[in-house]
Amino acid sequence: MDDTIRASAADLAAAMQAGEMSSVEITQAQLDRIAEVDGDLHAFLHVDADGALATAKRVDDARAAGEAVAALAGVPIAIKDVVVTRGLPTTCGSHILEGWIPPYDATIVTRLRQAGLPILGKTNMDELAMGSSTEHSAYGPSRNPWDLGRIPGGSGGGSAAAVASHQAPLAIGTDTGGSIRQPAAVTGTVGAKPTYGGVSRYGLIALASSLDQAGPVARTVLDAAMLHELLGGHDPLDSTSLDAPVPALVDAVRDADVAGLRVGVVRELGGEGYQRGVRARFDEVVGLLTDAGAEVTEVSCPHFDYALAAYYLILPSEASSNLAKFDAMRYGLRVPPDGVADPSAEQVMAATRAAGFGDEVKRRIILGTYALSSGYYDAYYGSAQKVRTLIQRDFAAAFDQADVLLSPTAPTTAFRFGEKLDDPVAMYLNDIATIPANLAGVPGISVPSGLADEDGLPTGVQVLAPARADDRVYRVGAVIEALLVERWGGTLLARAPSVTGTR
Amino acid sequence: MTAATLLSYDDALARFDPVLGLEVHVELNTASKMFCACPTTFGAAPNSQVCPVCLGLPGALPVLNERAVAAAIRIGLALNCSIAAECRFARKNYFYPDMPKNFQTSQYDEPIAYDGWTEVAVDEAAYRIEIERVHMEEDTGKSLHVGGATGRIHGASHSLVDYNRAGIPLIEIVTKPIIGTGAAAPVVARAYVTHLRELLLSLGVSDVRMEQGSLRCDANASLRLGQDAPFGTRTETKNVNSLRSVERAVRYEICRQAAVLTDGGTVTQETRHWHEDTGITTPGRSKEQAEDYRYFPEPDLAPIAPDVAWVEQLRATLPEGPGRRRSRLQAAWGFSDLDMRDVVGAGALALVEQTIGAGAAPAAAKKWWLTELARRANEQGVELAELPVGPEQVAQVQALIDTGRINDKLARSVFDGLLAGEGTPEEIVAARGLEVVSDETALGAAVDRAIEANPGAADKVRAGKAAAAGALIGAVMAEMRGQADAGRVRDLILAKLSP
Ligand SMILES: [Zn+2]
Repeated sequence: MDDTIRASAADLAAAMQAGEMSSVEITQAQLDRIAEVDGDLHAFLHVDADGALATAKRVDDARAAGEAVAALAGVPIAIKDVVVTRGLPTTCGSHILEGWIPPYDATIVTRLRQAGLPILGKTNMDELAMGSSTEHSAYGPSRNPWDLGRIPGGSGGGSAAAVASHQAPLAIGTDTGGSIRQPAAVTGTVGAKPTYGGVSRYGLIALASSLDQAGPVARTVLDAAMLHELLGGHDPLDSTSLDAPVPALVDAVRDADVAGLRVGVVRELGGEGYQRGVRARFDEVVGLLTDAGAEVTEVSCPHFDYALAAYYLILPSEASSNLAKFDAMRYGLRVPPDGVADPSAEQVMAATRAAGFGDEVKRRIILGTYALSSGYYDAYYGSAQKVRTLIQRDFAAAFDQADVLLSPTAPTTAFRFGEKLDDPVAMYLNDIATIPANLAGVPGISVPSGLADEDGLPTGVQVLAPARADDRVYRVGAVIEALLVERWGGTLLARAPSVTGTR
Repeated sequence: MTAATLLSYDDALARFDPVLGLEVHVELNTASKMFCACPTTFGAAPNSQVCPVCLGLPGALPVLNERAVAAAIRIGLALNCSIAAECRFARKNYFYPDMPKNFQTSQYDEPIAYDGWTEVAVDEAAYRIEIERVHMEEDTGKSLHVGGATGRIHGASHSLVDYNRAGIPLIEIVTKPIIGTGAAAPVVARAYVTHLRELLLSLGVSDVRMEQGSLRCDANASLRLGQDAPFGTRTETKNVNSLRSVERAVRYEICRQAAVLTDGGTVTQETRHWHEDTGITTPGRSKEQAEDYRYFPEPDLAPIAPDVAWVEQLRATLPEGPGRRRSRLQAAWGFSDLDMRDVVGAGALALVEQTIGAGAAPAAAKKWWLTELARRANEQGVELAELPVGPEQVAQVQALIDTGRINDKLARSVFDGLLAGEGTPEEIVAARGLEVVSDETALGAAVDRAIEANPGAADKVRAGKAAAAGALIGAVMAEMRGQADAGRVRDLILAKLSP
């Protein structure tokens, strides 16, 4: 069982193709692992053992019957609870959706089902994807397998923790400001945010529509590429979906080479405010790429300094509108107001929203409502959109000088529970390096860069590329991964303390 | 709800100059909704035409209905608007149970069509109505308040919501301030909505059934001291959902506001509700209470950039405008300006056109509709088009005259028969025995009898006074009970008495 749960998705797929393993075996091994360790990690909000095994059996039968199956058919997957799944509870980490069973599937879930990936369950997250630690989940935080006293990142900490603790070989994440990449960095896993529009948003419970993207969470760059290829491509149900084929990501990983590639190190995403160990590991990666033949230069993106401020106006503005639909009228939680005999619809809405949303959600709804108010719109939302344009121009100029950009994924390693809970701005700063990519819609990947000397915790390096050039982030990510694995003599996760579930 | 003090309409107009503004919402008749594939059939079982998108389920996303955009552009073009090279939807944020997302996806400051005009005729005057914009939005669901009085929310024990209507494409057509109508303001308002209805019908984009709510009108009105005075404070009267109500509501607001102003008060900027039953308006939300809709561009939809070639293609599908149609027909028929104005003024343009199409000469077609049939419609208090006589039948009557089988006088009797539902003109002529006597022997005998009975007149004719033949013709026609061709009778008399 240990080998099975530690195997990469690519290896599992190959083993099934070779008839050496069945999907039922693999899926059962993952379900056993979840039962064994998730009491400690709390990566899952819901586990669907029966559904996963039924899919696994169908795939095994199809394969036995000689039918053609998808590359990842039979490889189990965990799905962040922000993604709508027909027949499976979908809470988005919030009480407001407690008990809701969606009547439809997100487009990416349809693609997973069609490809025959058993869905293990739904993973934990910060409530409505607002947070960097999962501490804002209404159902309690997930824990980092490297140190159970620390956060696994957020908002997609559940998916990252599940993959890092070998409860699932693959997971789906969503990234609005770094919610795939930052958890990947702090758990020693791989996470990619596709180009905006590269993966359908239909069925993702929207946080900020103009920033949200779903993407792969995995333990290897190749696995992430395989999953990304499956998820991506045009969806007529999403008007912001790009009408273009997914770039050849798996090929980019297999032929990875950086000789002659221009790599830009972003001056504004490093230095002060970045933990020493994070910087040290980052510098090592830069050195390795240089040795491998990349032309490394420093580039400047001066407006990145305003990215966080702009992000925290655009996100709450869109979120305040997106979250208005949670009103107790048609689905989800309904709370009658206290001491009102004959409450009006408006009173029920107010009482439900007061009871159903957590503090961070309320904070952002209030921020967004304010920023969009007449008289303030130009100063806040309007200005933020202008900054967004400037950041896009910074990217355009940087990509004139470099084929890809490089930075640490997160400024620190995983912090302890409670450390930043009372200081929203400190919490927000965790996404400082990942947010610009969302504002500009460009793709990014985080791959493990090692362990910080001072705390022995994982650090990540982020590769960014121009929109629609997702293949480049995989190409460079794969080179970094290969060089580091060679140097370490094994994967980073092989060095993680074992999670036994005895806690 | 008590009726406000009103000034008489004449007094109001003597003191103030009314300024109007009309906002018309039109439900398009597209097969599917604005942002999803749900059907739009009217009257389906509640909540049977819904999906994750129009129910506002978490995760659902809108996809714009291209046919709705085409309809919006055609409406814009028919109203002589400019079509935006690029425009966006916005979100209008407010909470209401019948609005699934608690925001309405609507165009805001970037309408698909803007700066147009159209012309409406009232009596003999033409009014040019400037169009501010034509924009797209989605309809809300429909609330049914149960347990209260007359379906109002006040006092209701609970409400039911039907989301079938949620997401049905709506077009809003907004005029610029309509000035210079004077006392005709209420009639112009009605004429504009009537005109818009006909225009939309001819475009085929909407059922425009006011009683089903597929055309809804909000009427803005304000008063100022004179034609050069600044605009006064306006009210927006909602729920004005019949043509008659448009006129009544505007008239009521003029009288009400005039009373307020004459009394030294100020008009409150507010929305008001029209009550069809009592014929009054009552206050709704005032400007101070107005919601801040926190509009911002809809991030789930890409901007709309209608291709120029597409717009031109749509332009080519427009029905002929009323002005061009009028000139074309006038030239073809050889009518004078006065003739044409009479036809249009009587609302008989289409009827005359169809009658000519069925074979009648233009002058004859015009004559019957504007004299004999206009008189009968007037007597019955109905529109010409509502008479049970159609263009085809009028042309058949005229054909009977043209072939000499009846004369104009007998034709009136045929129309009597048609109005009484006695069958086709041919059948009525047979049944009523109306055919003119063309038997020369019978006519000759009647002429001989007339000459014998009126020797004085006969002598005068013999002496060369042809005008004297009238008395003889009259006698023959009387004997034939009108069923003779008077021209032929005259010819026979003159031949017999020629010196
Ligand atoms: Zn629908």
